[in-house]
Amino acid sequence: MALDVASDYYNFSGPKTARFNPYSENGGSVVAIAGDDFALLASDTRLSADFSIYTREQSKLFRLSDTTVLGCTGCWCDTLTLTRILEARMQMYLHEHNKPMSTPAVAQMLATMLYYKRFFPYYVSNVLAGLDEEGKGCVYSYDPIGHCELSTYKARGSAGALLQPLLDNQIGFQNMENVTPEPIKMDRAMAILKDVFISAAERDIHTGDSILINIITKDGIKVEKFNLRRD
Amino acid sequence: MAGLCEGGNEPPGSLRAICKLLFDLLALFIERFMPFQSFMIYNGGAIVAMKGKKCVAIAADKRFGIQNQTLAFDFQKIFEMGPHLFIGLPGLATDTQTVHQRLKFRLNLYELNENRRIHPKTFASMVSNLLYEKRFGPYFVKPVIAGLDPKTFEPYVCNMDLIGSPNEPEDFVVGGTCSEQLYGMCEVLWKPDLEPDDLFETISQALVNAVDSDAISGWGAVVHVIEKDKITTRSIKTRMD
Repeated sequence: MALDVASDYYNFSGPKTARFNPYSENGGSVVAIAGDDFALLASDTRLSADFSIYTREQSKLFRLSDTTVLGCTGCWCDTLTLTRILEARMQMYLHEHNKPMSTPAVAQMLATMLYYKRFFPYYVSNVLAGLDEEGKGCVYSYDPIGHCELSTYKARGSAGALLQPLLDNQIGFQNMENVTPEPIKMDRAMAILKDVFISAAERDIHTGDSILINIITKDGIKVEKFNLRRD
Repeated sequence: MAGLCEGGNEPPGSLRAICKLLFDLLALFIERFMPFQSFMIYNGGAIVAMKGKKCVAIAADKRFGIQNQTLAFDFQKIFEMGPHLFIGLPGLATDTQTVHQRLKFRLNLYELNENRRIHPKTFASMVSNLLYEKRFGPYFVKPVIAGLDPKTFEPYVCNMDLIGSPNEPEDFVVGGTCSEQLYGMCEVLWKPDLEPDDLFETISQALVNAVDSDAISGWGAVVHVIEKDKITTRSIKTRMD
């Protein structure tokens, strides 16, 4: 009897509505580290949804200018739309002012663009890294509706929770005794970057395959590739 | 929920119709007041255990709170169950204490019957059994067990889900509301064959930095390092916000 009622409950044939879900979660992680005269921005190259991998070689980094790079994770279709409009807006700025946008200017514009869609947001976690007008490294991070924070390091995306505490410890010198906090050097930043991605790939199924690192200095942007586990 | 509005196929007042209505109400009630996942994050807390070289460590935060309101900084989540055996019970605080009491009772019976101390692996089976007895109305705790083999003093760590499925890895186990952060920290900091002092430093840094990015864990921490003939218990200071 009890079983009958239960099966009735689940098998009832009343009117049903299947709502369209405009968002998907395509995974991926982004990490940015800024030093005195450089900024690093890295993302993994796996594009996935649920338990399937769409591709193993999709960079989630977008070079916006010679001093600015944007890293995006979340809904991939929103990422594509957002970056396309962002690039167009930067072109308009270039033609209007006869100079490329500075990183803080891009940062402000991105916040405005995200908040403009406050009630149907771009489902994207953004990390913007680059050099400011004085040539110092800077990292801006955003929530999907445009809250913007300036910092020197940030981890975002599907493995953001795994990566951030380690950066707080190793780069932010949190919970360390007898040390004087100082800006991080390039080689140490690279080493930490690779270490955190290796461990993220170990536990997060949406992060893996390889990472692309954009090294932003006053001499331009260099790209480096580093392989992760592919399972 | 959806069943409520379409009751047309049953004659009103029949036993089936009444049963159906009751079932719908129950389903509504469960959905509204008892989303099961929410019990695991009601009180907050974090626990981690790591293997070292002929030693093992287990650490937990000290917070007790109800959702976002912190009520105490001295809540015990790790319990000593034998000379080289500890269990941590993160999850719903009332179940932490109930499961501890029921385990202690079964352990006492075991030791009286067998007239010897329990092996960590046997103890894990005991925990697993206790939890699976409540398969369809579980205790909301995810146990973390750490101990040394009574004869060989080989380290042993184990964790379980809330219905007692055991996991016995080679390196470390984590549990609680910031398990993701703990995995990230442990995966980078942990190395094989750590000496007791290094193991203490590693597990402390892993825990403290992980709880700092979780709003409902932290407020002090306790670390136990278990060695062959010594157990070191240290309280560590953390951020209190």
